[in-house]
Amino acid sequence: MKTRLPLRSALAVALMATLWAQTAGAHLLKGEASGFLTGFLHPISGADHMLAMIAVGLWGAQLGAPALWVLPVAFPLVMAMGGVLGLLGVPIPGVEYGIAASAVMLGAAVAFELRPPIVVAGVLVGFFAIFHGHAHGTERPPGQSALLYSMGFVIATGCLHALGIGIGAVHRWSWGQKLLRASGAMVAAGGVFFLWRAAA
Amino acid sequence: MRTARSAGTRAFVALAVALSCGPARAHLNSTGMGPIYDGLTHFLMSPEDLVPALALALLAGLRGAAYGRRALFTLPAAWLLGILCGLAVTTTSTTTLGPAIWFLVLGGLVLADAKLSLRAMTTLAVLLGLVHGYFNGTGMGLSAPSIIAALGLAAAVFVLVVLVAALVVTLRAHWARIAVRVGGSWIAASGLLMLGWSIRGS
Repeated sequence: MKTRLPLRSALAVALMATLWAQTAGAHLLKGEASGFLTGFLHPISGADHMLAMIAVGLWGAQLGAPALWVLPVAFPLVMAMGGVLGLLGVPIPGVEYGIAASAVMLGAAVAFELRPPIVVAGVLVGFFAIFHGHAHGTERPPGQSALLYSMGFVIATGCLHALGIGIGAVHRWSWGQKLLRASGAMVAAGGVFFLWRAAA
Repeated sequence: MRTARSAGTRAFVALAVALSCGPARAHLNSTGMGPIYDGLTHFLMSPEDLVPALALALLAGLRGAAYGRRALFTLPAAWLLGILCGLAVTTTSTTTLGPAIWFLVLGGLVLADAKLSLRAMTTLAVLLGLVHGYFNGTGMGLSAPSIIAALGLAAAVFVLVVLVAALVVTLRAHWARIAVRVGGSWIAASGLLMLGWSIRGS
């Protein structure tokens, strides 16, 4: 017979957990939590960043191992280098164009199921990551923890890659491969829109 | 009959427990347990200390049980020693350059799944513990509660290394080890950015 948790026990546990609640401690360290949140939300709040980062995961899933993990590792690392360039005041022309173009190129790579050598794929992803990093690095609001801001946006970037890889898992089925290519086309179309908006 | 008696017994036990309860001691400062938690929570809430220790535990776990066991005792001991050395110093330092370098080095080693010798990993653990412990100690000031807090902090380091290294040692699936290395890349990337903030700040 299947054992079920009695409702009364569940309620008792819930009540106990409620009564056991500690103070929230939401303001223990001024600026710290918001630094992480600001960094975490930065890639997510910009659709142009988000499209490109998900496309990295989609492409990795399409290409399979080792690209499956090499691309999502290369992107945050090179993005951090781009961030350092931004922090040091090294100008990179056309950052917004670069970000939009990354969505176009990576989306097109998924749409056409391009299979270049892993080095070429890594260099392409790394090249575009510099633009994303440059934009992130220069936009930390003052007074917030630099460390937590950095960790926040690196983790968010990784999560977006993971989301792309998760979606890309449909590649094992024939209908999934078509769906994936259609998703790539949509990412590329989004990139064209952002490219047009940057130029306007 | 039997049910009624057992219910009566239970009620008696509940009453006895309720009547015999001691003081709550909710304010731990009066009992001497406060500083322990101060040290423990300081470590858990300071990412500049927590993340390098986490990275070292990941690295030790990737290399195997012998490395995990070595890190388990070396890192907390060195951290405690570092704190004790730092307690005598009254000035505090808030530089982010040191933690940034540790993020970069240890995150990079995890990412590369570096085949370090046991001696090299031990040296890294000792250096990490001494440096971070020293800077923790400089912020504490020499007093009895500080020494207790140092014990709490070292205990937190010990528990972190136990849990993380043991978890990673047990990972056999290829994808799980890759996930650990991806985590290392995130730590290295954060360190790289921290380095940029430090250079710009100075």
